[in-house]
Amino acid sequence: MSIQALLELRNISKSFSGNKVIKNISFSVLPGEVHVLLGENGAGKSTLIKMMTGAYTIDEGEMYWNSKPVKFSGPADAMEYGIATVYQELNLIPELTVCENIFLGRELKKGARLLDRTKMRERAKNYLKRLGQNIDPDKKISELGVGQQQLVEIAKAFTVDAKLIIMDEPTASLSETETEQLLQTVDELIRQGISIVYISHKINELMEIGDRITILRDGAKVDTLDVKETSQDELIELMVGRALDEKYPKRPSLSMKQEGLRIENLKLKNSQSIISFSAYQGEILGISGLVGAGRTEMARAIFGADEKNSGDVYVFGKKVNIKKPKDAIAAGFAFITEDRKGEGLFLDQSLAFNINIASMKNYKKGMMLSNRELLQSAGAYIKALRVNPQRKEEHARNLSGGNQQKIVIAKWLATKAKIFIFDEPTRGIDVGAKVEVYRLINQLVQEGAVVMIISSELPELMGMCDRILVMNEGTITADLKKEEANQEIIMKAATGGK
Amino acid sequence: MANVAFDENQEIVKEKKTVKAFLNKFGSLIGLILLCLILAILNRDFLSLNNIMNIARQSSINALLAIGMLLPILTAGIDLSIGSILALSIMCMGIAVVNMGLNPIAGLIICVGTGALCGWVNGILLTKLRLPHPFISTLGMMNIARGLALIITAAAPIAGFPMAVQFLGSSFAGPIPVSFILVVIIYILFHLFLTRTATGKYIYAIGGNRDAAHLSGINVDRVLILVYTLSGLMSGLAGLVLVGRVNSAFPLAGLDYELDAIAAVIIGGASFFGGVGTVWGTMVGTLIIAVLRNGLNLMNITSDLQKTIIGIVIIAAVFVDVLRQRASKKQ
Repeated sequence: MSIQALLELRNISKSFSGNKVIKNISFSVLPGEVHVLLGENGAGKSTLIKMMTGAYTIDEGEMYWNSKPVKFSGPADAMEYGIATVYQELNLIPELTVCENIFLGRELKKGARLLDRTKMRERAKNYLKRLGQNIDPDKKISELGVGQQQLVEIAKAFTVDAKLIIMDEPTASLSETETEQLLQTVDELIRQGISIVYISHKINELMEIGDRITILRDGAKVDTLDVKETSQDELIELMVGRALDEKYPKRPSLSMKQEGLRIENLKLKNSQSIISFSAYQGEILGISGLVGAGRTEMARAIFGADEKNSGDVYVFGKKVNIKKPKDAIAAGFAFITEDRKGEGLFLDQSLAFNINIASMKNYKKGMMLSNRELLQSAGAYIKALRVNPQRKEEHARNLSGGNQQKIVIAKWLATKAKIFIFDEPTRGIDVGAKVEVYRLINQLVQEGAVVMIISSELPELMGMCDRILVMNEGTITADLKKEEANQEIIMKAATGGK
Repeated sequence: MANVAFDENQEIVKEKKTVKAFLNKFGSLIGLILLCLILAILNRDFLSLNNIMNIARQSSINALLAIGMLLPILTAGIDLSIGSILALSIMCMGIAVVNMGLNPIAGLIICVGTGALCGWVNGILLTKLRLPHPFISTLGMMNIARGLALIITAAAPIAGFPMAVQFLGSSFAGPIPVSFILVVIIYILFHLFLTRTATGKYIYAIGGNRDAAHLSGINVDRVLILVYTLSGLMSGLAGLVLVGRVNSAFPLAGLDYELDAIAAVIIGGASFFGGVGTVWGTMVGTLIIAVLRNGLNLMNITSDLQKTIIGIVIIAAVFVDVLRQRASKKQ
């Protein structure tokens, strides 16, 4: 390579309690390039970047910064060189202003103690402008959307005069437009000569933004490729280690078309708009829309998780009165929330506990529960859904995202639910596990369940759903058959524009 | 392929898990045994049957309060009012039985019922008034109940209870104090309740993740009300044992008892963040405090210094727990 690398790792290895998690990886970042790290969960991406940021020490191998050997003894060291990291989980304090957050821990001072507020505000404004953003530095973080918060996080990198910014799944919780904005920002940073290491599961996004891609599998490097000389299919194959037959598995079309769910004149709290629609057996109904369009709010209102203003719910033609989740579960609903860890799982409880918690009462024998039957049933679901690890007593915390999602689905299978509402069912799940979740969803449909999928990923909706509803400002603006739907029409309906 | 490496990984984790699981389950028990060994070496009387039964008797009030306290702590809450509720319960019983001459059985029911009622109010305050944290509702109840206990008898103690009331606190079955038998029965019931009933599992679920519990169809409010009602009920029951032991009800009874109960639950391995803790651990935690008190008494150490030592033990016990968790997370 003729150009001198900004950061270079040579034959790096790392072990945790005798377990080699990074195996002899070499990796370099050139000035002004976007170098993408791709790999399934557990492939070693996070461990690798933690070594670049000084959060972990290196067991074997060397690291070079501008061809000079370096050793980081902590994150502060790496920052000193100009390496900044933007993590998936934002490290912002909601009640402080944009400016205060940007300079948190690195405040500019007048003299020995006093804060230099004017200077900080000016610089903050300048940093945001460099990102091509017009965010008011005096606004509180809590007043910004997730997308803008992510940009503030990136602006923090300027305070250490970053030459290399590592971004760990920055778009995981962003909407389509916010993602677009972030990608533009990345372009802007590159133009200013900053290098970027970028981690994401969204392959089409990587293809758009990356210069080179390094694929990791099981802690080892598979290959480094030029983005221009590869294809999505090749990347997935290299990452998973086998050819995925199809990203969105097909299912035989079914003739049963009985109406399973009808929503009439549903009014969400704090909204004047009205929602009415039906969902049928044998089809998957997709719900599209921008973040804040009211998709999740609608699902929560139907499920009784939040109060609704008014509206009627019919299940297989029968009106049901849902005031709380308990009523919804009794009526046959299952709600797989977008926030798996925050609202779906009991992380410090066993898999069996997590699977059984919503159907506990079915295992009563006299006054007591039959622990034997509880374990048996949990074991059966773990096997049927091919959860890894298979141990019933494992804590949910120790599972990968894909396996955690299977546990949540198992919980609802155990309640014998008939209507499944999936909210972002594959968020934060790697490609291989995604296909498994899709297969499970297909199986549900084939067994006669009514399935709705809320998703911010259009390809997912267009690949999986038979019909797509588009929401905007708390109401449905389009009802499209699979054949009619394309990205343009959906985005138009989602933004309410013509 | 990918799975092979993963499985090896699991094996290693599994091996470490069994050691960890053993420490988790028996860590505090090992502490208790070590403590007993040291005390037995330092003082010959410590291991006498007489003294062991003494410990059993002395620990019973805190044991009953601690098992009640375990429930709120499992839901990531706390009950500061149990000492005051104990006082109010026994004063109500005193008025009913001694002053008004009611049937002693009715008195027992009044005592336990007052405790349960106060606990129920705690639960209602927390869930229906939506006070932000049980620290606040039970801090309020702590003062209200103590105030009422003083008011209804003009701060005077009540003595002269009939034998039927004193039975629980003062009788022996052979060498074994009846109060300790009561503790064992209650602990078995609580163990069954927490591990073998749906409501018991819901308590862990609420402490582990309240939102997920709600979305799993659990009636969170109803379970919380039950939790605080049971905690109050156990205060009433502990009050019965106290009255039996000292043959008197006094309005300042149970002062600061909530602190020993909290200490026992925490030393027993329960987490303040909820969702983690066992009946078994609480038993061991109670015994550690009781054994420590007893041993220090045998060595003629003043109650002031005892307080200091118990404070150190609480911090040390939780610190060991923190170290253990940190070690297991590092892998």
